[in-house]
Amino acid sequence: MRTISFHGAAPEYLTGIPMAGRLIVVEGTDGVGRSTHVVNLRQWLEVSGHAVVETGWTRSKLVGRTIDKAKSGHMLSPLTYTLLYACDFADRLEKEIIPALRAGYVVLADRYIYTALARCSVRGMETDWLARLFAFAPVPDLVLYLRLDAPALARRVLLSSGIDYWEAGKDMFPQMDIYDSFVAYQSRILEQFDAMCGERSFQTVDARKPIEQVQEELRSAVARLLCE
Amino acid sequence: MTRLKEPHPHPGLLIVVEGIDGSGKTTQAHLLKSWLESRGEAVFFTEWNSSELVKKATRAGKKSATLTPLTFSLMHATDFADRHLYQIVPPLKAGMIVIADRYAYTAFARDEARGVHPEWLRNTYSFATRPDVALYFRVSTDVALERLSSARAKIKYYEAGMDMRLSADIAESFGIFQSRVVSHYDRLCDEYGLTTIDATRTIPDQQAIVRDVVLARLRERRRGGAA
Repeated sequence: MRTISFHGAAPEYLTGIPMAGRLIVVEGTDGVGRSTHVVNLRQWLEVSGHAVVETGWTRSKLVGRTIDKAKSGHMLSPLTYTLLYACDFADRLEKEIIPALRAGYVVLADRYIYTALARCSVRGMETDWLARLFAFAPVPDLVLYLRLDAPALARRVLLSSGIDYWEAGKDMFPQMDIYDSFVAYQSRILEQFDAMCGERSFQTVDARKPIEQVQEELRSAVARLLCE
Repeated sequence: MTRLKEPHPHPGLLIVVEGIDGSGKTTQAHLLKSWLESRGEAVFFTEWNSSELVKKATRAGKKSATLTPLTFSLMHATDFADRHLYQIVPPLKAGMIVIADRYAYTAFARDEARGVHPEWLRNTYSFATRPDVALYFRVSTDVALERLSSARAKIKYYEAGMDMRLSADIAESFGIFQSRVVSHYDRLCDEYGLTTIDATRTIPDQQAIVRDVVLARLRERRRGGAA
């Protein structure tokens, strides 16, 4: 049986763990429609007989609430922001992701460490340091990268929940208005994702297409993986 | 980031006390602080695991025994990063003396004893300012255990390494786990040049050594500043 492979140095007690399931990541910026697609993928997978576990960014039991609170209180520096993301991911990794992979589930991750690498890197953290910090993350079987340019993202976000402080990266551009800040920030995030996309063989899906067509493309990529 | 290996540029002085639980390092740190203050120095004291940012979450994780070696390590790194930002660097820039009860070396020794990768630990903590004085209070686990047993009612779960399932008996687990921590500390003394103090000596004897080491460093600093 396959064992879990990691991006780099992982704790010794996590190495050599057998992996019966599959780890599928859906990545992309705020407002690109990731969560909707994850829900739809999950339904489709379950209908076709696969047991699914979903895991979402900053939803850990350990620090999910701490992160929300710290973000709303603006107590974070880029360093503590990064380390809290790492705490959150590590908790979900060991409590949700690894047990599910062991047991043969399809794990659907709504965002993954690539979000942390992008967000923390644009906030000035060294890329090499970041990559080593998150080296304990398993290498996913498939990374689906939903891509949309920043002005189109802004229109979508404005039509749904409105642009919030962190989506606009206001901590980075306090002098700009909320729209300009959003576009400047998300453009930088997109640059990061685009760079990773080449290095790490993400499957890019053009999110300008109608939602049904995007979902179709996601499903065929997942179907190919599960047939292997 | 390689700050932990390079001298810091700040006018203040960073003093670190290290050692296993029951080594007496906190007592020594307090005596040092009183003495420095009596000499007119401005001293700022900061201790491990005390930042408001993650204190509650860490406590909840410890209480429910749901922390893994990795999350245990990362929670403490977050705590340290937050204190480094707010409590360690600003007083050093202001020319004060900072005394830190435990530092990155605690994480290196303790988390590696739990199976966390040593290089990963060094990378994670590479933002830490290098101390001017790092004192390691070395004691056997038997002595530490005896001190802890007389000082408080119960040895704590993670302190005893009970999460490692080394023994069902808490005292025995403490002995096995903390012996591993001590062997890692011993290696850190060479790697980072920690000053080892025999923590089985009397409290005043140890304190006299501590004050000598700190005074020498202060004089060196003042001479360097005048040059």
